[in-house]
Amino acid sequence: MSKEWPLWEVFVRSQHGLAHKHVGSLHAPDAGMAVKNARDVYTRRNEGVSIWVVRSADIAASSPSERDALFDPASSKVYRHPTFFPMPDEVKNI
Amino acid sequence: MYAQMVETGVRRVKDAAEMTPEERAFQARIDADVKVEPKDWMPDAYRRTLVRQIQQHAHSEIVGMLPEGNWVTRAPSLKRKAILMAKIQDEGGHGLYLYSAAETLGVSRDDLIADLHAGKVKYSSIFNYPTLNWADIGAIGWLVDGAAIMNQIPLCRCSYGPYSRAMIRICKEESFHQRQGYDIMLAMCRGTPEQKAMAQDALNRWWWPSLMMFGPPDADSVHSAQSMQWKIKLLSNDELRQRFVDQTVPQAEYLGITMPDPDLKWNAERGHYEFGAIPWEEFYEVLKGNGPCNRDRMKTRVKAWEDGAWVRDAAVAHAGKRAARAAKAA
Repeated sequence: MSKEWPLWEVFVRSQHGLAHKHVGSLHAPDAGMAVKNARDVYTRRNEGVSIWVVRSADIAASSPSERDALFDPASSKVYRHPTFFPMPDEVKNI
Repeated sequence: MYAQMVETGVRRVKDAAEMTPEERAFQARIDADVKVEPKDWMPDAYRRTLVRQIQQHAHSEIVGMLPEGNWVTRAPSLKRKAILMAKIQDEGGHGLYLYSAAETLGVSRDDLIADLHAGKVKYSSIFNYPTLNWADIGAIGWLVDGAAIMNQIPLCRCSYGPYSRAMIRICKEESFHQRQGYDIMLAMCRGTPEQKAMAQDALNRWWWPSLMMFGPPDADSVHSAQSMQWKIKLLSNDELRQRFVDQTVPQAEYLGITMPDPDLKWNAERGHYEFGAIPWEEFYEVLKGNGPCNRDRMKTRVKAWEDGAWVRDAAVAHAGKRAARAAKAA
């Protein structure tokens, strides 16, 4: 059986000024074909102005088991949010 | 529906006391509507059932391109041809979204396609019926895509993240399919008596198979309970079928054509249409491979796959050669 085309993750910028957003994945033999295929698979209705593709195998990701260790420390630091500091009603523009 | 009678591998649903702690935690997250993502722990049966369901769904999308492809060269106008090609391209795209969703569960797309071609996995029974004339293209968009939407809208809320996201994309595009079908039916019903008769004939042939798309009655549907607990099935077969009948009958009335069902009547008390007995023996025959087009569909699929092999291989060889050249230059 022939070799399967590698998997690519596709990111599309929907409008100028916005960040690229992950939209899905597809198979393609190389980066050039991945962009062309992404055009056909993910932007048939003017969904984008720019496409990024990256080999799925090249993405490093955090694992669900690390969730607590990675994200819990932030939950006790509520002072990082502006709403932590009550402001007197008389004080304006702050 | 697009995925019919998905085997869950379980004989009955476990209650909380019988579950392992991991299974209990998993079920609790599902009950709380937290999406399951690819790297999260999940019971093997959940993973296997999802692979089966998503791949059946994906296969249905790409096999569904075949009955319509039959009419691209014979569409009655350039406009209709362009619209039909766009719809067929969408179906291919929907198949690709779904194959990617299945791949997040640790299977390869080529293996899934090999399973389809080996006859190990089914696709929807509906695509084993022939498209005999142009009105069939209208009836498919109106009825088959209509039934698909009915089933897919609830799946946008299913428990598995990648499947739910694929369904959201698909639902956004599917409404065009149904409307283009109804538009064809409208044009034919407003046309000559012969054209209207063609529309009626297409409805006669597609109505019962469309109702069968939702799968067997709930009483005979053994795997639904587990799938519903896992929230990979949100509404029962009979519930979806009833909704479909209720919304479709008035649309036929507007067209001035009638469902081929003498028992069809409005029940004011229930607020639903009652309909006649569905010929289930036909459904099971089609699933067994004895529908009008089963063998032809598979032959076309396998031929397309085999005829395209040299292109896939050449693309890989070309990419390899360029990568080697770039490495040498660096």
